[in-house]
Amino acid sequence: MSSEARLQPAETGGQSGRRAEKGTGGRLVRLVTGSAAWLPLLALLFVVVSLVVEALPAIRVNGIHFLTGVAWSFGNAYGAVVKTHGVPHPQGASYGALPLIVGTLASSAIALLIAVPVSVLSALVLVERLPRSISSLVGLFLETLAGIPSVVFGLWGALTLGPVLAHHVYPALASVASAVPGLGYFGGYTGNGEGLATSGVVLAVMILPIVAATARDLFRQVPDLPKEGARALGMTEWEVATRVTLTWVRSGLIGASVLGLARALGETMAVAMVSGVELGAIPHNVYAAMSTVAATIVSQLDSAFTDSTGFAVKTLAEAGLLLAALTLLTNVVARVLVRRVASTALPVGRGV
Amino acid sequence: MSENGEQPGAREGVERMALAADRVPGRAPMSTRRSFRRRVAGSVGWTVAALALVVIGVPTVWLVYGVVARAVPYWTWSVLTQPGAGASGGLENEILGTLLLVVGVVVLAGGVGVLSGIYLAEYASGRWGNLLRGGSEVLAGIPSIVLGYVGYIVLVVDFGWGFSLAAGLIVLSAMTVPYVAKSTELALRQVPTSFREGADALGMREGYSLLRISLRAALPGITTGLLVAIAIAMGETAPLLYTAGFTGSLPSLALTHKPVPFLTYAVWTFYNQPSNYAVHLSYDAALILVALVVALIVAARLVVVWTQRHADRRGGV
Repeated sequence: MSSEARLQPAETGGQSGRRAEKGTGGRLVRLVTGSAAWLPLLALLFVVVSLVVEALPAIRVNGIHFLTGVAWSFGNAYGAVVKTHGVPHPQGASYGALPLIVGTLASSAIALLIAVPVSVLSALVLVERLPRSISSLVGLFLETLAGIPSVVFGLWGALTLGPVLAHHVYPALASVASAVPGLGYFGGYTGNGEGLATSGVVLAVMILPIVAATARDLFRQVPDLPKEGARALGMTEWEVATRVTLTWVRSGLIGASVLGLARALGETMAVAMVSGVELGAIPHNVYAAMSTVAATIVSQLDSAFTDSTGFAVKTLAEAGLLLAALTLLTNVVARVLVRRVASTALPVGRGV
Repeated sequence: MSENGEQPGAREGVERMALAADRVPGRAPMSTRRSFRRRVAGSVGWTVAALALVVIGVPTVWLVYGVVARAVPYWTWSVLTQPGAGASGGLENEILGTLLLVVGVVVLAGGVGVLSGIYLAEYASGRWGNLLRGGSEVLAGIPSIVLGYVGYIVLVVDFGWGFSLAAGLIVLSAMTVPYVAKSTELALRQVPTSFREGADALGMREGYSLLRISLRAALPGITTGLLVAIAIAMGETAPLLYTAGFTGSLPSLALTHKPVPFLTYAVWTFYNQPSNYAVHLSYDAALILVALVVALIVAARLVVVWTQRHADRRGGV
């Protein structure tokens, strides 16, 4: 039901089929459904415009420092209110989101590094070697992962996975890494399990469903003929899988990874629960506490209300704008690369 | 599925095979040592790939087991029947609030989404149609916390609704309408043209044939879209924190000025509270959420069976 090609005939039929007739009833149907169809686009414009309007004063005050600075301070809540470019804000307010940007990109990168090879390899073995029954079991697992709310991932990451990693995995990893030159970022103090590495691992599990399910659906679309030809040329099954099947859908696989990236960049709750929420410093090693743009908005909005000038809330709008731009860009790239719809029953990873 | 796209793909495939064949060591009579090495490479490759499968399975089982094992020993059924805010009581208010939000989303996002999907499938073509579709997809790609933030600034503060059912529902609907619209559109497009032509030939009015013929045939697809909307309404936290708010008492049906508690809030807020009771409640909420997810997955599978039956019947036409 997913294949685009199959939709083509119905599509043309569906569009020409109804055009001819025009009556009062038809016009009413068209009016009602048409106004509903405009709502998502209008909502989108509304969101973007109100974000920009809300963020504009903050953009003017924070300037380029917002992207390059390392600081997150509301300023002196009881001190004098000063004005910069006509925008009132507490004295000493200083916002630099560089640590958040680094945290967002680094945790998403870790997630991709884990999730993409795992997804592609497992989809490959699933499609090429294993019977349908196992495939359906793994499909069930992927749907479960896709459906579980992100706060539950956060709960698991914070109270189950994080401590296990911190006690059993990170110390070993750090001692190995400190012995190898060039891996200094993986050595040092391993912390309590809340930080960049744990966020990356939890994000990896969260984006597994979208990447794996998309890869699986792509592999299933590879026609048999070239595979049989490759076998006839004497290739082993592994060679057929890696040289024919894999290369056949290469751009689709990149698209699937970018879809996963878009989800990882925008993920909020789970990261807010396992990142350690460190806003004012770039993580000094891979285990250090950090925060992401999305997690910062959710964790800081409460305290931002206490800023009587409203400047902290406006700065969060700027962060939201940055995040929206980042995810929009990745989403557009992914859609161009994938151009297809996932066929799983539940929206694996929310990719429409 | 694979029979599609073979026409353009076949030639490309031959070229690829030729390229790949160049890379196969020893096209001439294969030396046994080389072929041994290639077979070993294959076994190693498949073993690693099978291990990757384990990497998917372990976290899934661990996650579900982790929640069940920590929630069940302390489970008391009174959790379902007492309202509370973490330190005492249960989760009745959160459960009812989540139910309220789910029903609201099904009505609001379901209505708007289905109507919008009908328009996209039946009337929207060319540039305008693509604009509407693109806007809807972009909206679905915006991180939920950003939508929640805008909902807070505009609905809660500027409109003066306060933390309320209406604010939460509108933000959730903005997130879910694209999914319902998309699945409705796809389902309607798969309704065979002969159905519509038959209806036209019988002289059915446009609205009537849409309702009785097309929508009926597209019902399984639309239901899948609604299940997605339910899953999002149930599982989202970030867009609700600053729009629906929270209260320790039962939710009311008032649209504005009355906060609505919800299950994910309990997980997010109670898990790091000092009292053990709150932590247990957090796990209880997570358990209920996982159970609801499982129920949704079962429902989605049933819809797939239903779809296949539909398809079979269609095949006979």
